[in-house]
Amino acid sequence: MADTAVQTAERTRAPGASRVLYNTFIRNLSAKIAAAPMVLTVLVVFIGCTIWTVYYSFTASRLLPNNKLVGFDQYERLFATARWNVSVTNLIIYGSLSLVFTLTIGFVLAVLMDQKIRFESAFRTIMLYPFALSFIVTGLVWQWIMNPTLGLQGTLRNMGWSSFTFDWLNNPKMVLYAILIAGLWQGVGFTMVLLLAGLRSVDEEIWKAARIDGIPTWRTYISIVLPMMRGVLVTSVVLIGSGIVRLYDLVVALTDGGPGISSEVPAKYVYQYMFSGGNLGQALAASTMMLVTVLIIVIPWAYLEFGGKGRRS
Amino acid sequence: MKKFAVVAALATAFMGSTAVKAVDLEVTHWWTSAGEAAAVAEFARVFEEQTGNHWVDSALSGSGTGANPVIISRIIGGDPMGATQMNTGRDAEELIQAGLMRDLTDIANEMKIEDFYVDKSLLEPCTYEGKIYCFPVNIHSWDWLWLSTKAYEKIGEPVPKDWNEYVASWPKLKEAGILPFGLATGWPISGVPGVLMSGLGGSDLVLAINRDKSGDAVRGPEFRKVAEAMDALRKEISPDMMVPSFGDVGNQILAGEAAGNIHGDWLQGDLQVAGGVPGKDYECLPALGLGDQLTGGGDAFYFPVLPEGTDPAVIQAQTDLAKLLISPEAQLAFNLKKGSMPIRLDVDLSKANACMQKAIKLLGNGLLPSGDFALSSDTQQQLQDLNIEFLDDDSITVDDYVARYAEIIEQAD
Repeated sequence: MADTAVQTAERTRAPGASRVLYNTFIRNLSAKIAAAPMVLTVLVVFIGCTIWTVYYSFTASRLLPNNKLVGFDQYERLFATARWNVSVTNLIIYGSLSLVFTLTIGFVLAVLMDQKIRFESAFRTIMLYPFALSFIVTGLVWQWIMNPTLGLQGTLRNMGWSSFTFDWLNNPKMVLYAILIAGLWQGVGFTMVLLLAGLRSVDEEIWKAARIDGIPTWRTYISIVLPMMRGVLVTSVVLIGSGIVRLYDLVVALTDGGPGISSEVPAKYVYQYMFSGGNLGQALAASTMMLVTVLIIVIPWAYLEFGGKGRRS
Repeated sequence: MKKFAVVAALATAFMGSTAVKAVDLEVTHWWTSAGEAAAVAEFARVFEEQTGNHWVDSALSGSGTGANPVIISRIIGGDPMGATQMNTGRDAEELIQAGLMRDLTDIANEMKIEDFYVDKSLLEPCTYEGKIYCFPVNIHSWDWLWLSTKAYEKIGEPVPKDWNEYVASWPKLKEAGILPFGLATGWPISGVPGVLMSGLGGSDLVLAINRDKSGDAVRGPEFRKVAEAMDALRKEISPDMMVPSFGDVGNQILAGEAAGNIHGDWLQGDLQVAGGVPGKDYECLPALGLGDQLTGGGDAFYFPVLPEGTDPAVIQAQTDLAKLLISPEAQLAFNLKKGSMPIRLDVDLSKANACMQKAIKLLGNGLLPSGDFALSSDTQQQLQDLNIEFLDDDSITVDDYVARYAEIIEQAD
């Protein structure tokens, strides 16, 4: 009796197991082969390196990684460091302002572009042009413009407006906004083009319907068109957001963290402690904190976006 | 000593004549300012003349913070250069531990380097478990107060003879519209406390802090003088007066726009390239004109282990270069241009200028370990952050500065 029971169980299991194997490895083989490099990249490069980073942030690694675990020591030191705390505050201020202004200015420009104006493509090219420049070039250009003796302030003073002051680069309280100006100048054009594409994808019929109902144009934009552009908006936010978190080269080129440490950013801290400070553990603790910040923002959003069953916009 | 120098010169000449074929040897360094570039060109010239090999010059910008990471990551990443400059210090310690640097002990023994190095302590950072991994090629000291003769002519006063006279002259300088203290943005401020430490605090303070890492010494009355001097300095410095690089400060001094500056002896290389003559266009006060010992470290050359299958001729070229760098001829040519002191004094230093002569005299009293010599780069980075922050943020009091400085020194390993 027992024997037959086992046999039946095996018989039923065997085809099941082989079907799983078949489904996993053989079915749709060409697609799986095609996807393999990508899966491998994700596993090794993204997830693997992330785990590596987090692990070594708990060690006393100096120039080269070692396995001496020290618990949260690196984090304690990190949050006791004035420079790191200034960096984090700066990133929060820069990040929120940059996100809001890039989207608002980008959207307003896109709407203006959308008014069937003449020479639209010329304007589009001009607005998009700064995006073709790297942050290093952007930073250097603005460094000259905002240099008190050589740039805007010097020029206007030479022209006779002797009380004109624009010395944000040397003013610890304003330097972050100087970086923001340069960042916006570089990034707004791209957001504008994305949003313009979004505006163009809205069906002409919607506009006609809104006009028949007598809805004012500004209202149509804000209440009807904007919600319909959700996909494009999400893309823009993701692109702007990733630009904010990795903010580094613009700061290096424009202020190098100065005056003092008033325009330091986390990525710069990570870089300097990893390479010139030769303290891998400390740098990785800082980069893990950057990761955690991103996750705090991304996880709730991903939950809302993909969590609800089949709820898609 | 002299005999040995001759033998060494002959040996190198001999090696040159037996070189079978010319090979390329890539050398990385961060000597990019005008004076530094002129100095390193002397090494290249001597190397190419004597061995017939080709010196591939890879100058990297950004010095310790920009170039060092590139050099380290290339060595770690398996793309080592033939030879590289690095600060004598603890930067390379882990690379040595990981077996990435070539053991130079045989060459050192062959050349009997212990006989001619002016201060044995220079070799300490190069020594790991009894073996030698690098050759210091010069002695650098931060301990210089540079003064502009032109600026003092303008206010009609004699050039100060020490730090106290210099500080006393500030009000008059400011009246005349001259910057009392010229400064470049970024790292140059980080060397200043060390100089004040040896000048105002004395040799014992330097040893207690840099060598023994004593936090109590930092909290003591001697270091307080240093912190107060830093406080006095920051009152004279505002961000819009700062220039982009230390070479620009040199120009300010020559032009009389800035009266003084504390900076390492490599500034002198730039002063000379710009046509400055010591005693006439600028004055130099080692150890602030107060101390009798200099703190020093230096630049050293390391030779990374080359990957297997490298042409033996390239490895031979590494050996040749190692010997050449510390040969009397190269030492003299290089250091005269660089403004630093040679590692051997058995060379004809009559061509050395007035400032270097002063330094050589002080060198006889022994060398104190400077911060970048005795502290790990991690600690140096923390101190640099602190100094930059202190300079700019007046809300950090002298007490805060001392407390934070002590904390960093106590945590140093």
